[in-house]
Amino acid sequence: MRKRKIINKIALTICFFTALWGLFWLFFIIFDVIQHGITALTPSLILNDPTPPDVPGGGLKHAIIGHLLITITATLIGVPIGVLGGTFLAEYGRNWRVSRIISFLADTMVSVPAIIVGAFVYAILVKPFGHFSGFAGAVALAIIMIPVIVRTTENMLSLIPWTLREAAFALGAPYYKVIFQIVYRGAGMGIFTGIILAIARVTGEAAPLLFTSFNNAFTSYDLREPLASLTVTIFQYAMGPYEEWHRQAWGASFLITLLILALTLLGRYLIKRRFRH
Amino acid sequence: MISSKKEYLFNAFFLLITGLSAFLIIVLLLGIFVVLFSESLPAIKKFGFVKFITTPTWDPVREIFGGAIPLFGTLVTSFLALIIAVPIALGIAIFISEVAPRSVKEPIGTAIELLAAIPSIIYGMWGLFTLAPLQAKYVEPFLQSTLGKLPYIGKLFSGVPLGIDLLTASLILSIMIIPFTASIARDAFQLVPAVLKESAYGLGATKWEVIKDVMIPYCKLGILGGIGLSLGRALGETMAVAFVLGNLNQFPSSLFSPTTTVTVKLANEFTEAEKDIHLASLFYLALLLFIMSFTILAIAKYLIQRTRNR
Amino acid sequence: MKKILVLFIFTAILFSCKGKEEAPKAPGKTLNGAGATFPYPLYSSWASSYYKETGKKVNYQSIGSGGGIRQITERTVDFGASDMPLKPEELEEKKLLQFPTVIGGVVVAVNIPELGEKTLVLDGNTLCKIFLGDIKTWDDPQLKALNPGLNLPSKPITPVYRSDGSGTTAIFTHYLVDVCPKWAKEIGFGTSVNFRVGIGAKGNEGVANYVKRTPYTIGYLEYAYAIQNKIPVTNLKNSQGKIVSPSVETFKEAAKTSKLDPAKHFYTWMTNAPGENSWPIAGATYILLAKEKVEVNKEVVKFFDWAFSQGDKSALDLHYVPLPEEVKAQIREYWKSQGLY
Repeated sequence: MRKRKIINKIALTICFFTALWGLFWLFFIIFDVIQHGITALTPSLILNDPTPPDVPGGGLKHAIIGHLLITITATLIGVPIGVLGGTFLAEYGRNWRVSRIISFLADTMVSVPAIIVGAFVYAILVKPFGHFSGFAGAVALAIIMIPVIVRTTENMLSLIPWTLREAAFALGAPYYKVIFQIVYRGAGMGIFTGIILAIARVTGEAAPLLFTSFNNAFTSYDLREPLASLTVTIFQYAMGPYEEWHRQAWGASFLITLLILALTLLGRYLIKRRFRH
Repeated sequence: MISSKKEYLFNAFFLLITGLSAFLIIVLLLGIFVVLFSESLPAIKKFGFVKFITTPTWDPVREIFGGAIPLFGTLVTSFLALIIAVPIALGIAIFISEVAPRSVKEPIGTAIELLAAIPSIIYGMWGLFTLAPLQAKYVEPFLQSTLGKLPYIGKLFSGVPLGIDLLTASLILSIMIIPFTASIARDAFQLVPAVLKESAYGLGATKWEVIKDVMIPYCKLGILGGIGLSLGRALGETMAVAFVLGNLNQFPSSLFSPTTTVTVKLANEFTEAEKDIHLASLFYLALLLFIMSFTILAIAKYLIQRTRNR
Repeated sequence: MKKILVLFIFTAILFSCKGKEEAPKAPGKTLNGAGATFPYPLYSSWASSYYKETGKKVNYQSIGSGGGIRQITERTVDFGASDMPLKPEELEEKKLLQFPTVIGGVVVAVNIPELGEKTLVLDGNTLCKIFLGDIKTWDDPQLKALNPGLNLPSKPITPVYRSDGSGTTAIFTHYLVDVCPKWAKEIGFGTSVNFRVGIGAKGNEGVANYVKRTPYTIGYLEYAYAIQNKIPVTNLKNSQGKIVSPSVETFKEAAKTSKLDPAKHFYTWMTNAPGENSWPIAGATYILLAKEKVEVNKEVVKFFDWAFSQGDKSALDLHYVPLPEEVKAQIREYWKSQGLY
């Protein structure tokens, strides 16, 4: 008996240490990024355009603006398609075999290497039109985003009890009205959370942007032109020979990590609030 | 009922756009597959399948390309990452769902999930600038002087510890996939009926015995599925390993050897490939990776589905 | 409520469709260029001053020489850049024009703690053998013979090479092909080759960090990166048997003694150049233009013409070597003959 109790204690203590192991790496990475990033974070880093490596005072304004433009456009493309697609899977098509296949494909698509998505968009939106564009980058991010949103929407909608819908049907409401007035209203917060997490997921991607939105040394607001992004800028600056660039790359890493962690925590918070009610 | 026709039309229209959106997934996936396939066609024609996956040569000058090493490297790094990550992820899941006091459950759970939110380019930068030097300076010499002295397994720790190697890459990968395995295992543990656990406690079992003999056997399909999902993720990870694996086209001889993976090859050579056959071979690797991760994920999904349906 | 939602979804869809229709339009006045990583800092410096003076935007992005060649061939950029010159036949086939802009040198960095402040000397033959794995330790008799006064340790050599494809690798391996028959026969030259020994590192930066951090390594990298990272570099015995150290002067000497022929679109390799004081691993970096885009090309040429007359100082500040004046004159003639100047 005593032996069993000791084994129990040891095993559970080991579990405790595995959790510590996970937390250790999280804090290690975050502190490392903060430590390197915080010294780089100056007003000029955010407000200025980039300068050549021999001129001090360059900033990341072009990359911040480009990054926001690309992410917002990707969201505008990806969210409606994702939510509608998820709606089909959970509502109209719920009994169709094809829905289950689509839902499965969406799951596997989430894990397609991002660099492959970049190559795909390059082939359909860059090569045929003869130039890189921020829009192509947004489409690449949207493609990564769509399956994530499709799956969360589907999951959230199926959490709404079927009896609620039946009550509305009994009142003679057409299906679309039921979806809008009953289902979306109930699952709204869940879908919103899914969207936030999807944005957090795509905004850290560098590989799919390299061959689509490319990069731009100047601030541009035009989606038809190549656009800079924080992630591609990190990729380029980290490999350059100049201390100043490394500093800015860490600064950009800091910004992007902060943004993503904030989005993710917001998403988590919303989930928690939803399930508490 | 004047409006019923209008409503019928609206409904049909809404059905149409939702259906099209869902269908887009198939179109996109097929599109990706077609693009990959057509771009890799020259390499498929030139090298065939069996020859390509068994040839270890990657010689852009002589235009001889074989995927044996990157494919092998992909599998080895991913499996090593799993070996490190799975026990830890299971431990974390057990800790959160069974051991931890209620007040710390959520914070720790969220913190572990945050590991999945950190972008892989950050993992890469951190791995190269911070972790690799530490590995080279402290961890690997230590392993070499302890485990390296043992018979048989000592060979795994031979070579010059440089920090840019299989061990560092697998370690980073394992950190990245821990949250996936952990969260699926947690979900699976929650599905264990309380009656089962309580009856085991009733028989006088300790907590660990309940976990080991009741919960894990009950969830094993779901856990396997979670491992599969993590494996799928590890296979496709690009940026994080690109910085710390060295891209050396040689079979690794120990944990301290640099080697290469499909994604590392893609990230390092995609932009520089100037000969068509070189680019086609890279696409061919990407295609094989795509098929490989697709199959593994399909199996994983199937397993998870089966636990849920129980 | 539902109307608002429907409206929102409609506009969202319309927006996404509209975007797709708009995309094909030609981009604005910005000139987009892509390619070699090596001249990226310099081109971006030039572009920034050019913008200040003329208000014209030149957006150059480093995606690698291979990428530069590919993108200009597929006409997705206004100009491409490559560290590896294309052969005249290849230019003909892809309908491209080519001219050099600036010279760079590849240096050999080493990390041997025992050396202290002293400089190691290598020649083509030993360098080749090290990268082939034929010379395995630092106290090899062949290295001792070249460095009689040095205390070379009996430690294994770890060569470090670029794991990403790169023009730097092309120049370095071209030099080894020039000086070493075994290398020419078994490995050859190119932006990425089949290295047999050593460790790959990504980018010049990767190689620099690697060599700096790890004792008993040897790697090749661009001069600018060696200076920036304050890494000890070796001297080399050049084609005339003279020991030279890497510097702006020895790179310039290599450029002067190489034959840059406008009729061949300046196709040449500056490796193992014949001059008395030539650094043996030098090379020019090139711009590629799409032949049929005359109007765009005129704008690109204007930019580089400006850079040739105003940009030497920033080139030197960033540790690049400007082209000798006589070469610049040749390039201007070349532009004229193509109707671009």
